[in-house]
Amino acid sequence: MKILLIDDSKTMRNIQKAVLGQLGYTEIHEACDGQDALSKVGAIRPDLILVDWNMPNMDGLSFVKAYRQTNKTTPMIMVTTEAEKSRVIEAIKAGVNNYVVKPFTPDLLSQRIKETLGRTTAAA
Amino acid sequence: MDPNYIRPFIASIQNVFSTMLQLQVAIKEPHLKGGSGTSYDVSGIIGLSGDVVGSVVLSFPQETARRVVALFCGQDVSSSQSDFADAVGELVNMVSGGAKAGFTGRRVSISCPSVVLGAQHVVARQTDVPTVIIPCETDCGLMAIEVTIQEQAAAKAA
Repeated sequence: MKILLIDDSKTMRNIQKAVLGQLGYTEIHEACDGQDALSKVGAIRPDLILVDWNMPNMDGLSFVKAYRQTNKTTPMIMVTTEAEKSRVIEAIKAGVNNYVVKPFTPDLLSQRIKETLGRTTAAA
Repeated sequence: MDPNYIRPFIASIQNVFSTMLQLQVAIKEPHLKGGSGTSYDVSGIIGLSGDVVGSVVLSFPQETARRVVALFCGQDVSSSQSDFADAVGELVNMVSGGAKAGFTGRRVSISCPSVVLGAQHVVARQTDVPTVIIPCETDCGLMAIEVTIQEQAAAKAA
């Protein structure tokens, strides 16, 4: 299972990596914004993507829209401070499969990851 | 400034610090800021745009910032390391993002954070808008949120 974390904050990527490590996922790749992620997804071919919304160069929503042009199936979870309902709907419409609002507890992130993988595996 | 724009920052900082750092935040009496300097030596800064414009500064004394960042990162981080500014930036990002969700009926975007370190630094802000300081106290020490925001005319009329 290859997981791509996209967040401009290294601190946040480290927190997410720790949660993924506790779930037994060790093949974790990182990108610091949407543009960086788009340049890496072809080589990594991730099985799950966790993406922040507000980032420099290319934000998470733009990344999701661009990635979904060519990949309709890889599950994506938006992990962001954007908590308004309208933003959640916007992200879901763009193609994310699940949504986590920062701040989050490790348990909540863990639960969303399990939900997302369970849901997409069942649908496959 | 409308208190409805201050309360969300209080709720948000308490939520962010309790969730991510297991740290309780006690709020002291908010007051208008005088002078141009920031409250303390380390500032995480976010700009707001949209129906509400302005800036938010999360201001820490150096030692408080060091303790808070250590809790957030799970290890001591020197203020000279890029990870230190990264952590402070992410904290003000979460506090501001959480607060703007409490601005009912207002569509607001936040900028990527900037972090400034150094004694007596000044953050340039809108001169015609008052800054409200929300003093905070934690087991890691004192800190403050400095909020300088105003509604855009179109949002007021709505």
